[in-house]
Amino acid sequence: MTELAWIDAALTSARPQAVAALLRYFRDLDIAEEAYQEACLRALRTWPEKGPPRDAVSWLIMVGRNAALDDVRRRAKSTPLPDDDIPDEETIEADMADRLDNANYRDDVLRLLFVCVHPELPATQQIALALRLVSGLTVKEIARAFLVSEAAMEQRITRAKARIAAADVPFETPGAVERSERLGAVAAMIYLLFNEGYAASGGEAHIRQSLCEEAIRLSRLLLRLFPSEPEIMGLTALCLLQHARTPARLDQQGGIVLLEEQDRTLWDRDMIAEGLALVDKAIRHRRTGAYQVQAALAALHAQAARPEDTDWRAIDGLYATLQTLQPSPVVTLNRAVAVSKVHGAEAALAMIEPLSEPLAGYFHYHGLRGGLLLQLGRAEEARRAFDRAIALARTPAEAAHIRQHLDRLQKDSAA
Amino acid sequence: MLYAILCYHDEGLVESWTKEEDAAVLAKRHVTVDKLRDQGKLGPVIRLMPTTAATSVRNGREQLVLDGPFAETKEQLLGLYIVDCDSLDEVLETVRTMGQGESGTFEVRPLKLMWPDSRPTERQTKSAS
Repeated sequence: MTELAWIDAALTSARPQAVAALLRYFRDLDIAEEAYQEACLRALRTWPEKGPPRDAVSWLIMVGRNAALDDVRRRAKSTPLPDDDIPDEETIEADMADRLDNANYRDDVLRLLFVCVHPELPATQQIALALRLVSGLTVKEIARAFLVSEAAMEQRITRAKARIAAADVPFETPGAVERSERLGAVAAMIYLLFNEGYAASGGEAHIRQSLCEEAIRLSRLLLRLFPSEPEIMGLTALCLLQHARTPARLDQQGGIVLLEEQDRTLWDRDMIAEGLALVDKAIRHRRTGAYQVQAALAALHAQAARPEDTDWRAIDGLYATLQTLQPSPVVTLNRAVAVSKVHGAEAALAMIEPLSEPLAGYFHYHGLRGGLLLQLGRAEEARRAFDRAIALARTPAEAAHIRQHLDRLQKDSAA
Repeated sequence: MLYAILCYHDEGLVESWTKEEDAAVLAKRHVTVDKLRDQGKLGPVIRLMPTTAATSVRNGREQLVLDGPFAETKEQLLGLYIVDCDSLDEVLETVRTMGQGESGTFEVRPLKLMWPDSRPTERQTKSAS
């Protein structure tokens, strides 16, 4: 690895804590970001010569803080600032005293992430903002991941920041209830980020994968700060267990390979092992939550060497739990897959019948329904369901998959 | 004598490496490690999972099960190499070449194997491998 790559990794790794601490001092996102940027520039100038400091995070906070204060002083000479706008130096010195306190870091980083999940921002803006502020991706990189132009993404991020600036950023140390609410909101954003990388097969595959990897990195960061939160263990495990399948999810033409048809030897065993370890750790706390249940579901699939080894009965049970924790038509739809394995297609079809309205526009509903009808020999109804599914497919890969079923139906009826 | 080469590094930083960077570090080390293996001087090589996967049990009158590694430190134990070298100089030489261009710290610690032949059986490792 080159020296530059080392420094780059060090700056990426230090970023969440450093920007978060600077945000606490200056209480202003733009100043905090600029201060960190300036600190990075100075790091790039001095580290190659003197070597990286032992505590890179503190170095960056200190240097960034001083640079921003110099800047403020310079500006103060021309236009006097209102007194309460910038904390005076004494406050900052006092703040620096607890700089080394890990508990502070913890709430700082959580606050920085929490700022991004402002409820008025649409989900994609929350993710974009987190990628920019916390992960330090360039606007260009984020734009490519979201398949929009750089200018459009720049505008989105600027707008999101303006919205946050207008809102009150909570700077007081959160109480236990607030902390757990913030954790929940931040976890949801990280999972959205993961899905943004995982769900779509459009766009450039390696960029999408890097979104998944970034979600895993943030999730581990959160878990290091809050080591005893079973839902954060669940979230990390869920991301790892799903991401482990990535090498087997698309065929060479970029078509979707269903779980049952994937080459399981391609699954990443290290990620699976880490995911299983985290599920184990989480279960010990006996505080069930939606991420843990979903991670346990992914774990059951990961542990089956062949599709026929899958413990569908256990999967059915876990989906039943998920239905009570997080009731949604999609969860019921997923449970129906397990039900079809355990109790047959008839039972599964009965289970999804009430979903026809809420999921009328959902590709997977019609795909599964077609598959179940096919198993029951109701070819004409199956064909209609598959037709509906194709019309709703969001990617060529989804459409191609349904097309296979239709072709098979055609062949069968011709024979 | 047997030595452990304990690899300490800032875990968050190592997680910020790209896959390619991570692989490049290991590949660079392999040149040195391969030499040791050819001479029959290499024992087990272990990469530890992230500290987030760790659980600690603190003994005492009441045993406490804690999530996470035993201590919060700036740098964490991330992996280790067991080597059989003739002298400390030889290990240090190995470690110097191995770590060229890297950050982090290698700690060299002599060790004794208490049950040299013990290994988990196939059954126990199945789910993890």
